[in-house]
Amino acid sequence: MKKILIHKGWFIGLIAGLLSVNAWAKDVKLLNVSYDPTRELYQEFNAAFARHWKEKTGDVLTVQQSHGGSGKQARAVIDGLEADVVTLALAYDIDAIAERAKLLPADWQKKFPNNSAPYTSTIVFLVRKGNPKAIKDWDDLAKPGVSVITPNPKTSGGARWNYLAAWGYALKKYGNDETKARDFVSRVFKNVPVLDSGARGATTTFAQRGIGDVFVSWENEAFLASNELGKDKFEIIVPSLSILAEPSVAVVEKVAKKHGNEALAKSYLEYLYSPEGQKIAAKHYYRSRIKAVKAAPSFPTLKLFTIDEIFGGWQKAHKVHFSDGGSFDQIYRP
Amino acid sequence: MSSNNKPNLAITEPAWVRRILIGTALLFLGIFLFVPLAAVFTRALEKGFGVYAESLKDPDALSAVRLTLIAAAASVVLNLIFGLAAAWAIGKYEFFGKNVLITLIDLPFAVSPVVSGLIYVLLFGLQGFLGPWLAEHDIKIIFAIPGIILATVFVTFPFVARELIPLMQAQGTDEEEASVVLGASGWQTFWHVTLPNIKWGLLYGVILTNARAMGEFGAVSVVSGHIRGLTNTIPLHVEILYNEYNYVAAFAVASILALLALVTLAVKSFVEWRRDQDLEASRLAEEIS
Repeated sequence: MKKILIHKGWFIGLIAGLLSVNAWAKDVKLLNVSYDPTRELYQEFNAAFARHWKEKTGDVLTVQQSHGGSGKQARAVIDGLEADVVTLALAYDIDAIAERAKLLPADWQKKFPNNSAPYTSTIVFLVRKGNPKAIKDWDDLAKPGVSVITPNPKTSGGARWNYLAAWGYALKKYGNDETKARDFVSRVFKNVPVLDSGARGATTTFAQRGIGDVFVSWENEAFLASNELGKDKFEIIVPSLSILAEPSVAVVEKVAKKHGNEALAKSYLEYLYSPEGQKIAAKHYYRSRIKAVKAAPSFPTLKLFTIDEIFGGWQKAHKVHFSDGGSFDQIYRP
Repeated sequence: MSSNNKPNLAITEPAWVRRILIGTALLFLGIFLFVPLAAVFTRALEKGFGVYAESLKDPDALSAVRLTLIAAAASVVLNLIFGLAAAWAIGKYEFFGKNVLITLIDLPFAVSPVVSGLIYVLLFGLQGFLGPWLAEHDIKIIFAIPGIILATVFVTFPFVARELIPLMQAQGTDEEEASVVLGASGWQTFWHVTLPNIKWGLLYGVILTNARAMGEFGAVSVVSGHIRGLTNTIPLHVEILYNEYNYVAAFAVASILALLALVTLAVKSFVEWRRDQDLEASRLAEEIS
């Protein structure tokens, strides 16, 4: 009996101790569901934001991360992966979460500046050292005998930007002739030997497994691959024209509310727009929204078109090109 | 067993044929098994033992190991109970729909692991059959540990039952009947008559379940949500590290999986050896009597 009493006292002491600690510093958790190439970016950004949050509120924040192909990640959130925030490759994937699961309002893109895209990127080519196939522009990707690596537009956000960049280039080249543009893109995709489900898998296919002559890639992923995997192995080729890729972010409001994380989630995404957040983005080769923030290797200048200009926004572009039976399904025959 | 040392009269092939066959088998084994296994450990220790140990001490890696062990333990226990019950029912009783039950038990073998995972997403996902109700009551199944356990249990479902059914069918019900006639209770009959007869098959099934549970990738990948340090098992964590160009850590964690597999293999060999000894002993006992 005595023994039990002692144990009880011990237990109560422990609980009291825990509660008193909790009174002035909470442990808080936030889940960020993101796309493939942002792993390194958010690893650093999360640490910086956790420091900032601790200074501001005293709470100890752990940001949990999940990465994968953008479309696949959106699907997981729709199916119940409880993300407080999503930082995906394109607006359409967040639209899908708003539309199918109603976890955030349809006008989510108005909640943060710059269409809720705190950093931008574009699509460039990565080739092997010395550029043995002499690839200079999109036309070279459609030539027979050139092997092109890109992920699957059905599951990867980056791949959809790739696809639309090629399509947009062809439209400009052939004076907005849709039939010729379709023919051009279908010739490019004839040269694709394998479609990975996400951008990172495609990078590994090109860089590690040594498949393909040219890798159509996010600019940030191309810089990362060439810097991480040996500068003497790859070269970045900048096409004459490409698309302005705007990876979007949003608070998944219903989930954040359920977790009591609304203020935290909002601050987290706002911090991406701060000078500190922009500096980290630039360090990981994303184009900053602030002119003063310079990237470590300065970005090449090239003509960029937006999705709204050429395709009339993501909803329309998705319907025409990536829905079941859309242009991609028609041209891609494995 | 006892004829091991005598020349086997059934083998009439000349020595060179035998040598070529044995050599080919060893060559294939070397190329497909030993070289990759050695490569895993070489890559893992590439930057020295310090880096290797450091990658294993990473909290995310430790959490992956913990989750894998939890999932494996849960599947072993659940499938042990289910396998025993199913094999008992099928081996000792006659009932309507028995063949359907046997076929259903084999279903997880036939279904692709990815489909097994998707079944649970369709059932428990937010847009799924039970999802809205679960969300209302704040019960998390998929993208959380219960989902991972469910998926693992599903893919390892047949192992114990499949091992026990033929064994129990072959043994029939004579011994149990005798035991009951002699006045034993159902529990006593199970404990003292049935269990000793099936223990080696049972152990073997458990080992197979464990091995498959630790290595499962596809089904678990679908229901995991890939949250670092939370819902990643060892195989998923290896993929993540590999995709982050962190090859040493990826292979270090993979080596843990390889080591677990080797331990499983050792246990399996030991169990087989003990079983053979056991059988030999009972055969001798029978011969004497």
